[in-house]
Amino acid sequence: MTHVLDPDALPDEARALMAPPPPYDDVTRSDAAFRAFLHGLPGVDQVGAEARVAMLGTRSIKTTAKAWAIDTAISMVDLTTLEGADTPGKVRSLATKAKRPDPGDPTAPQVAAVCIYGDLAGVAVETLAGTGIHVAAVATAFPSGRASRAVKIADVQDAVANGADEIDMVIDRGAFLSGRYLDVFEEIVAVKEACARPGQDPAHLKVILETGELVTLDNVRRASWLAMLAGGDFIKTSTGKISPAATLPVCLVMLEAVRDFRAATGRQIGVKPAGGIRTTKDAMKHLVLVNETAGPDWLTPDWFRLGASSLLNDLLLQRQKLRTGHYSGPDYVTVD
Amino acid sequence: MNDRLAVRKTYKLYVNGAFPRSESGRTYEVTDSRGHFLANAARASRKDARDAVVAARGAFGKWSGMTAYNRGQVLYRVAEVMEGRHTQFCAEVEAGEGLSGSKARAAVDAAIDRWVWYAGWTDKLGAVLGGSNPVAGPYFDFSIPEPTGVVAVLAPQQSSLLGLVSVLAPVLAAGNTAVVVTSKQRPLPAVTLGEVLATSDVPGGVVNLLTGDAEELGPWLAEHADVDGIDLTGAPAGRAMELEREAAGTVKRVVRPSATEPDWSTDPGLSRITPFLETKTVWHPIGV
Repeated sequence: MTHVLDPDALPDEARALMAPPPPYDDVTRSDAAFRAFLHGLPGVDQVGAEARVAMLGTRSIKTTAKAWAIDTAISMVDLTTLEGADTPGKVRSLATKAKRPDPGDPTAPQVAAVCIYGDLAGVAVETLAGTGIHVAAVATAFPSGRASRAVKIADVQDAVANGADEIDMVIDRGAFLSGRYLDVFEEIVAVKEACARPGQDPAHLKVILETGELVTLDNVRRASWLAMLAGGDFIKTSTGKISPAATLPVCLVMLEAVRDFRAATGRQIGVKPAGGIRTTKDAMKHLVLVNETAGPDWLTPDWFRLGASSLLNDLLLQRQKLRTGHYSGPDYVTVD
Repeated sequence: MNDRLAVRKTYKLYVNGAFPRSESGRTYEVTDSRGHFLANAARASRKDARDAVVAARGAFGKWSGMTAYNRGQVLYRVAEVMEGRHTQFCAEVEAGEGLSGSKARAAVDAAIDRWVWYAGWTDKLGAVLGGSNPVAGPYFDFSIPEPTGVVAVLAPQQSSLLGLVSVLAPVLAAGNTAVVVTSKQRPLPAVTLGEVLATSDVPGGVVNLLTGDAEELGPWLAEHADVDGIDLTGAPAGRAMELEREAAGTVKRVVRPSATEPDWSTDPGLSRITPFLETKTVWHPIGV
């Protein structure tokens, strides 16, 4: 189909390079068309979303179901350290913890990945070799995303060269909020290209929407669709540097988006809430939300992750409580 | 004729400086010594106890890190606020314990005096219980008492204010933080003490007051791996041995109950402070 009447339409060859999967291969033909598509997505009923997560949050999960939920949540954790003061030593100890979260109990599962800055990815790769635990690196001028595209691409290439097999990129919220959706889209496409690894599958791309800065749930829905159309493998709520970070209503909207996207295109996209998930109860609420919104297909570490640092210790304390029958304390988990 | 409607009270717990309802939503009726309804009190569950321990652990760094002098000042301030609530305490002790007005007043006076007395001890413990040790070597060797950590207190079941103060104040004076299970039948003075603590300078979480059943909560606190000591004074009859065995799992400091509740009016000495202090000894090289 040609759109001769659309004055800012991209040339066909440029579009072919970054076309979204059908039936949406047409929506990015121009800024105007893309805006019309994103603004044409159904609005989110915010009160309804809050009521739904509040209702799902009251589910009581006990005994064997709780044990399963705790182990599943541990296996979904992206164990994260994103401090300016990070050192190779700290990353090494984090990676060691990822391999065996509870030194006193070998039955505790491994976490899904460690999430660190790109320059330290090499250290993590070395420590985690042969374990199957992924190394996720944040890139593209994390957490603000305020750098030129060339710098962001270089950041990603550097992280991939250091051995990261998952890249957590941030979108340009300034461009998104001022309505330059195609800019954001093109940037994600460019980053996705930079994730290529010769001779291997490309590094997994997680797109951080930073929902705390998007203000409305309508924007969260638009940003989710934008990221999925641009080829992100995961959509992630937040950097963890902005409050509010991962809230349940936001997660609900994103899970609805991945569900609808798979129904329309056949492509499954993962979801990663990150930041602010500190307790086992929070984690279990998220698991209930996944099961009830996107469905059990998403209840694996391949399709759902929890970005967290202190959450893991709380999960381990609850795990110890179930195993021993008495409450445990912070003396019985590692200090990170 | 006063036909004003009575204000029916449903009291809550005191945990982490706030007054939450029990997580379980349970309450129970508190009656006076003759069985007349006084108020509803929250009946704490094991999860309230768990939350209280988390709060007490969180507050331990600040409370134990205060200078002993400052801690004494804060505790003295508590006694001042208690004095302001004197009438209320008297009414509650009188109704709950079935004492005459003058005996209730004497008990409240003694409780406030006891609090002041313990407040005075905070900065003297180091001198009395610690000191320098003569050692055969080129070392300056000294010992200082340090607080044990989070202490669970099963408060006396009979003496609802004087007994409570006599077990709680020493724990605080030593620099520990406390999770207290109050007298089950007579919790109201403890509830009021919670209101006193909330309006004095004691940081939130240093004292956590759980109204409810020591029989239900005792085992959870005795087994809890993040509790460092437990005072079993108010443990249910015949259960103390069992609780002590559970506490041994994480080598807690334990204060055993006496066969019958002690006479709280006598001078306690340091017998209730020392069990919740650890002695640290430092060997400092000299002459090199």
